[in-house]
Amino acid sequence: MPALGERLDPEAIALLPQTLFADGRGLPSGRGTVRQGALLYARLCVQCHGPDGRGGSAPELAGGRSPLAGDYPDQNIGNWWPHATTLFDFIRRAMPMFAPGSLSDAECYALTAWLLERNGLWPEDVPLDAAGLGAVRMPNRDGFDSQWPDRGPPHP
Amino acid sequence: MWPWGDGGVVWGDRWWSKLAIDDWLNPGGLRVQGNGDGHERAPGMGRRRFLQTSVGTLGLAPLMAAGTHPAWTRIPGAPFSNYGQPAASESGVIRWISANADVPGNGVSWTPLQDLVGTLTPAGLHFERHHNGVPRIDPALHTLTLHGRDARATRWTVAKLLRYPLVSRQLFIECGGNSNSGWLQEPPQAAVGWLHGLVSCSEWSGVPLSLLLEEAGVARRSGWLIAEGSDAFGLHMSLPLEKAFDDCFIGLYQNGERLRPENGYPMRLIVPGWEGVLHVKWLTRLEVADVPAMSRNETARYTELLPGGRARQFSFFMEAKSLITRPTLGDALAPGDYVDIAGVAWSGRGRIRRVEVSVDGGGSWQDAELQAPVLPVCFTRFRLPWRWDGRRAVLQSRAIDVTGYVQPGREALLAARGRWGYFHYNAVVSWAVDEDGFIAHVYA
Ligand code: HEC
Repeated sequence: MPALGERLDPEAIALLPQTLFADGRGLPSGRGTVRQGALLYARLCVQCHGPDGRGGSAPELAGGRSPLAGDYPDQNIGNWWPHATTLFDFIRRAMPMFAPGSLSDAECYALTAWLLERNGLWPEDVPLDAAGLGAVRMPNRDGFDSQWPDRGPPHP
Repeated sequence: MWPWGDGGVVWGDRWWSKLAIDDWLNPGGLRVQGNGDGHERAPGMGRRRFLQTSVGTLGLAPLMAAGTHPAWTRIPGAPFSNYGQPAASESGVIRWISANADVPGNGVSWTPLQDLVGTLTPAGLHFERHHNGVPRIDPALHTLTLHGRDARATRWTVAKLLRYPLVSRQLFIECGGNSNSGWLQEPPQAAVGWLHGLVSCSEWSGVPLSLLLEEAGVARRSGWLIAEGSDAFGLHMSLPLEKAFDDCFIGLYQNGERLRPENGYPMRLIVPGWEGVLHVKWLTRLEVADVPAMSRNETARYTELLPGGRARQFSFFMEAKSLITRPTLGDALAPGDYVDIAGVAWSGRGRIRRVEVSVDGGGSWQDAELQAPVLPVCFTRFRLPWRWDGRRAVLQSRAIDVTGYVQPGREALLAARGRWGYFHYNAVVSWAVDEDGFIAHVYA
């Protein structure tokens, strides 16, 4: 069999993007406040996500809190997302959609702090950093049942 | 735009535009007839409907009687072309796009299943789901890097990957969100592809992922592999390493040619039988890890909320499903018409064993004929000849796969999964033929 790949040296390995895991591994240094987040949101996000995180063309980021078990459940960050690290990671890689990857780590902490605060999951006056984010316990963290390992076709 | 076609017909081996037929018929005083209620241009109207209601009543004689040679036999034809395109008169056969107004590269385009036959989807009609557009990738600069737990970090250029032994497989890819309008309370009215066309089938060729994992020294089969794309969304998804070793490959070719940009050029992950979002396009990074990444698209999306409030996660398999692709909404039948009920079936778990068709809303079922060869994890064509007797009928198909799993009815699916699961909708789809021969999408 051919082995045509190039082995990376330690410097190249150090430059590789690191996956950010739910236990906080891979979270960068830096910090941001809820207030900074609110300002950034008003400048970069509101046009698609609406004021206060709702009412835009893009998914609602805060607001509705109808329970997941109810007739008309809301599936929002606050009551649906299992991990707060996912929020930081997603903002950093994909938002704002017209300039993905343009936000600094500090800006991502600030936006994450603001969105967590809007969802009742972070106090208004405490800056968010790696330790703080890693410690946030999302209300629906244990609400998902992995279908892997596979136990065969479901019925139905 | 709704691609309803221009109302022309295929007759013999030629296509006749509606205008040409109008012109041709008018001198003889004949009018192209609809059914008189002005429905000729109704939503969903396709060329088959025109054929059946209009020209079909005229008989063959008028078109043949002219006795002259058509104009195109009297002038030299077009010269060669470097890359062939569909006939100009087939311009109505397109993907229907539904995208976000504020983010034009966020949305989907649907495969026009109602216009296609056979089992392979033309690359240009393969469904699309992009989150932030199609990147313009320079293949000379693009690389694939494999690193992480147990792995000696290794990087391949596109040119290097093209030199590996390639495998080829005909495989369907279905978006986990396909058919999600089925959860709505009222059945939306559209042709089959605009409701269920986030599924397509191609021959994919590429490098077995097991070769690359072994080259990087990864031996343990337990754990996860995180795959990341090089697009403006940076989509990343986790899949079990076991599957990666089993049958995944780095797709480089589609239907014999290099991938189209919108299908992942220069490379995408192929994950046979599993939901479309795992087939990461524009693949650039693979990281071996002990746990999944818990990315946004494997937590907040592509998970299914169940009644009671708990949710299914990592429900990777696309379970057995089938669709009648003809007749479909927009067609109309005349009493006594012979109808070749036909469609496609597939299962992420392997081969389709049987497809059953009902014309009475599930009261009775008949085995449809399966077109050979029946390949695992691939579109399987089925057909059942039928004569419409002029009474209301409800057409359904249901697939049974190699595991014995039977495609569920809609009631059963809703009972088990509630109304808010959004993903993995695979219930039986029903089309009612009313007394006038019109076809509508119904829940039955
Ligand atoms: C140009 C429009 C646009 C802008 C500006 C924008 N977003 Fe988004 N955002 C979207 C769209 C569209 C999605 C859904 C993407 C998808 O699912 O494919 C999204 C999704 C999200 C999500 C995930 C929501 C969910 O329920 O899964 C978060 C969080 C988010 N955006 C945060 C932000 C933040 C923070 C900003 C500002 C820095 C921002 N967005 C700016 C359009 C935008």
